[in-house]
Amino acid sequence: MPESTENAPQTAASAQKAMSPWAMVWRNLRRHRMAMLAAKVLLVMYGVMLFDGFFAPYYYGDESRLHSYHPPFNLRFFDSEGRFHLRPFVYHSGYEFDPVTMERIWVEEDDKAYPVQLLYRSEKPTTILFGLVETHWHLFGVESPGRLYLLGADFMGRDIFSRLLFAARISLTIGLVGTAIALTLGLLIGGTSGYLGGTWDNLIQRFCELLMLIPGLYTLMILYNALPANWSSVELYFGVVAILSFIGWAGLARIIRGMVLSIKTSDFVMAARAAGVPTRQIIVRHVLPSTLSYAIVSASLSIPAYILGESGLSMIGMGIQEPVPSWGNMLQRGMNVTELSRHPWLLWSGVAIFITVMAFNFLGDGLRDAFDPRTIGLKGKKAE
Amino acid sequence: MGAYIVRRILIALVMLLVASALGFGIMKLSPGDYIDMLKMDQRETPESLAAETERLGLDKPAIVQYGTWLWRLVTLDLGESFRYRKPVADVLGERLINTLILNVVSIAVTWAVAVPLGIYASVHQYKWSDKLLSGLSFVGMSLPGFFVALVLMWIFAGKLDVLPAGGLYGVNYDQLDFWGKVGDVGRHLIIPVVVLAIGGLAGLQRITRGNMLEVLRQQYVTTARAKGLPENRVIYRHALRNAINPLITIFGYSFAALFSGAALLEIILSYPGLGQMMYEAILAKDEPLVMAGFMMGAAMLLAGNLLADVLLAVADPRISYH
Repeated sequence: MPESTENAPQTAASAQKAMSPWAMVWRNLRRHRMAMLAAKVLLVMYGVMLFDGFFAPYYYGDESRLHSYHPPFNLRFFDSEGRFHLRPFVYHSGYEFDPVTMERIWVEEDDKAYPVQLLYRSEKPTTILFGLVETHWHLFGVESPGRLYLLGADFMGRDIFSRLLFAARISLTIGLVGTAIALTLGLLIGGTSGYLGGTWDNLIQRFCELLMLIPGLYTLMILYNALPANWSSVELYFGVVAILSFIGWAGLARIIRGMVLSIKTSDFVMAARAAGVPTRQIIVRHVLPSTLSYAIVSASLSIPAYILGESGLSMIGMGIQEPVPSWGNMLQRGMNVTELSRHPWLLWSGVAIFITVMAFNFLGDGLRDAFDPRTIGLKGKKAE
Repeated sequence: MGAYIVRRILIALVMLLVASALGFGIMKLSPGDYIDMLKMDQRETPESLAAETERLGLDKPAIVQYGTWLWRLVTLDLGESFRYRKPVADVLGERLINTLILNVVSIAVTWAVAVPLGIYASVHQYKWSDKLLSGLSFVGMSLPGFFVALVLMWIFAGKLDVLPAGGLYGVNYDQLDFWGKVGDVGRHLIIPVVVLAIGGLAGLQRITRGNMLEVLRQQYVTTARAKGLPENRVIYRHALRNAINPLITIFGYSFAALFSGAALLEIILSYPGLGQMMYEAILAKDEPLVMAGFMMGAAMLLAGNLLADVLLAVADPRISYH
């Protein structure tokens, strides 16, 4: 931080005396363009996730074996006679086999066109709000037997676009739930460890070190195999979250312990103690808020690890199981190079993971800068 | 220093002991055992299954099995793999070497590319090339390795058909002469090494750049410039040496993940390394093999962390351990 900013905080601080720390953080964050963009992207994604069944033309289990690996983008604006239609439509498509490679060749039977209908009411029900509410309404859809495949179909002829939206239920929440568990454990155990000191501190710290020193993926795989084989998909979801946070909380606990130790002896806590502030108030007013900002930042930065952990495990078959989709298990068939090169649209869920992880990275980066005490109260842009 | 290292090794041994108990415990919690896997084989009779259970010691309580395993380990015997019916050390040996090859090559590539890029970016701070590099490194940090692996496999093995799609040896590996074998293995290594390098590059490049910028701000660099030294000499002689110091620790840590860092990638690309062996062994409930791989990974992590701390003290005279 260059010296020239030395005078700036005073003038800025006097002008914004009434600003609470949170308001300052918000102001700093708003200035971070990429973080704000990331936040907006994430808001849209979570919004779509809540109403997944409505935005998706099909339910995640809605299969059509005849359309196994149907290629994507079968939406048409021009019909066979070259006429333009404002409302896009799909043709009914059948297939024949290539006599040499025995690959399916998709043929559009252009005598039957199925226009895309906005606010389409389907025969089969679908669910929104984590499966709690059943509905027949979709934002768009085509009448069966026409099938709309925006991003292609998987081996069972299920719409990949729809499954991507339903998979968000798992992939977008697993980071939040996992981080929440790890953060709670980290704050409680790390805080206690730092506050108590002595033998307890020693024991807890050795255990944390142990958890950090065992090879992560090996432990995850062994733990996953210890889960009962007959678990339902919901139980399995929480099993996977529990496994991931079991590995994840130790690092957080160690850092929070370190913070509690240093805050305990910092000048402002000493001053509060000298001024006769009761211990409980010191902890609640002074110690916890200082760790909280750090906790929020590190939590947002650790969310990608949970998303990647779940995806990796599901991809190798040690996570969320079919037919429930997760962005990880949707990549499972892509591990076979023949299937992958014939049906590269299997990779779409990887793109979804990438975008989500990048958004959380940008948001975490922005939060870290926004919470940085050196930038709070500064008017200008944060210097590199 | 010597006493410090001895103490760290003693602590590490205790840690390994607790880790082994933890690993063994969780493994025993999992439903079913190797005999359940055998039962699916039609040729097995109840008598042969019972005999096998007894031979492998699976009829004894878990704590006794752990004791037996531990005692064997003390006498440097890793036991016999259930599935392969040969000593664990034999199964493990080749896998360890393959994993080492993959990780050492990718660490070398990562460092050879990331450090020069980091230096370049720091010298060209805020120029378009620096901005491009930091943009790329942000993308690189967010790219999931398994996704990159699949994309590379799709393009180079599927579409272009110029690289093999996984594994480490081609079908005709045995008939090749020495250089042919090297070339074959090299071709198989390209995709996994690139994936690992992309993962490591982004972070290392940023750290190098940050360190260099820090050092370039120091007064002695200004002094060196003021006395008229050529800029190259200032950067590579005066600045770089001090910017490299903190990287040495990171180098130590990258060794920690030698045996376990690329496990997911190995499984996805069916690379015959330790990670892929662990995956198969866990599914087959081949307990001696699982425990051996688990302990190898943990021991390497401990050794790598120790190495990082020792290297730091060697590189930085201000740090000493007692």
